[in-house]
Amino acid sequence: MADANNVPASAGGKRIDEATGTSTVGHEWDGIEELDTPMPRWWLWTFYLTIVFAIGYMVVYPAVPLLDRATAGLWGWTSRGELARETKAANDGRAGLLRQIAATPIEQLPGKPELMQAAVAGGRAAFRVNCVQCHGAGAAGVAGLYPNLADDDWLWGGNLVEIERTITHGIRQPGDDQTRTSLMPSFGRDGMLTAAQIDDVVSHVRTLSGKEQPSAASARGAQTFADNCAACHGPAGQGGRPFGAPNLADQIWLYGGSRETIAASIHSAHAGVMPAWGQRLDPVTIKMLAAYVHSLGGGEEFDAAGPR
Amino acid sequence: MSTIVQNHKKLERNVSLLGLFAFVVVAIGGIVEIAPLFWIDNTIEQVKGVRPYTPLEQAGRDIYVREGCYVCHSQMIRPFRDEVERYGHYSLAAESMYDHPFQWGSKRTGPDLARVGGRYSDEWHVQHLKDPRAVVPESIMPPYAFLAERELNPGDMTAQLTALYRVGVPYTRADLAKANDDLKVQADPEADTADLLKRYPKAQARDFDGDPSRLTEMDALVAYLQVLGTMVDVNAAAAQEELAREKGR
Repeated sequence: MADANNVPASAGGKRIDEATGTSTVGHEWDGIEELDTPMPRWWLWTFYLTIVFAIGYMVVYPAVPLLDRATAGLWGWTSRGELARETKAANDGRAGLLRQIAATPIEQLPGKPELMQAAVAGGRAAFRVNCVQCHGAGAAGVAGLYPNLADDDWLWGGNLVEIERTITHGIRQPGDDQTRTSLMPSFGRDGMLTAAQIDDVVSHVRTLSGKEQPSAASARGAQTFADNCAACHGPAGQGGRPFGAPNLADQIWLYGGSRETIAASIHSAHAGVMPAWGQRLDPVTIKMLAAYVHSLGGGEEFDAAGPR
Repeated sequence: MSTIVQNHKKLERNVSLLGLFAFVVVAIGGIVEIAPLFWIDNTIEQVKGVRPYTPLEQAGRDIYVREGCYVCHSQMIRPFRDEVERYGHYSLAAESMYDHPFQWGSKRTGPDLARVGGRYSDEWHVQHLKDPRAVVPESIMPPYAFLAERELNPGDMTAQLTALYRVGVPYTRADLAKANDDLKVQADPEADTADLLKRYPKAQARDFDGDPSRLTEMDALVAYLQVLGTMVDVNAAAAQEELAREKGR
């Protein structure tokens, strides 16, 4: 209560509150007054410190925009320079291992478990950035589009050397003269086989993997197969890696194993493509990718990799 | 001290005066932080290769904006090691100097797209836009299959490029005059593209959506995605030198 009789000492017309000993700010609304409590000391000093810090910050870091550029700061810091330093530090940390991997021919990697382990780990990281978009995070591929890399069925070869070559030069990559390439004819679209002949070949092909029992149709198809398909896919349909011709006698079907999908594949041939990563990635990364893909479960030993 | 306090009281009790001074204080912040960007030299790097979008790419960009792709995808790779290893070389201001509006951002539900150009094949993009989970099983992106069904109908491209020209995109007279033809030529595998490629260096001209007989919204969007981040050869020696000289950023 602002009671005129009850005003003790006053500073500049302001009342000193009895209970706290603090002066009021000097105005009141319906008897409510405001104490003029000073800021706590710790708060005030922290505030002054932030001002000092800000001045220091402006001196050492880029801060003040001038006519043609901002001040560079005493330390010459740039976000891009820091990135370059961090990248260099990370690369230097790996450089020893990478040099060793680079110096080791890929055939000898499995003989050096430490290097192989590092290569698989590095390959896993590179795979996640460059390969998962098509082959999937688990390398299981996409049915009808991109092959599964985790199984033991290989179109172009599954040992370390063959995988490395496939990654480096790609598949049907224009402009790379060592790329994997072959061209299955579109037997139906180009009129090389009639629809009835294709139907018979489908029957034969499906007997190879036990999907169908031999029949009169498959017997007719067997002759057509021998004349048109065996050159690449092999007499028993076991596939031909020099041509990337898939094994037709197993249960793995990239483009589908039903009558319709096989007939469609014979009518209009598929010619899958993969980029030549040699144009984008350095040889060590490719070597590590090969080691990773090889480690997924289907990688082949060298002695088992001869032509089938 | 007490006079400052007394004068400040006048400010506190006069709303017009308070508003005026508050405006002055905020304006100082704005002038210091924003205005210099318009005159200092190192706002935009001097790198070669940035050109205005072709009409087809611009139409694709409009679809990108229309469908709200920017809600989940940014186009700005920040200079951090994790981003650079994931997405490629960090973005340069010069690379988005003809973007109206720009597509920067740091909130990402999907990956950054600043350097998605040339990373995947056209077929992959078409497949992925039609059914994202066909190629990326863990994706949560909605399907955009309808883009392949819809004819590209962006209206008068000359008028659109003229609008961009007025806000500073350096289209030439020929670019503006031929905009509607350029739109069709770029996606037509039969057409003569020499003139287009002369005016828009390194433009990619082909059928993008796998259906050469039609010009669809898919063509335009894939053409736009395939050019993102490809204009500047960021790893070229000249560009690296320019970036190494930079200070004050």
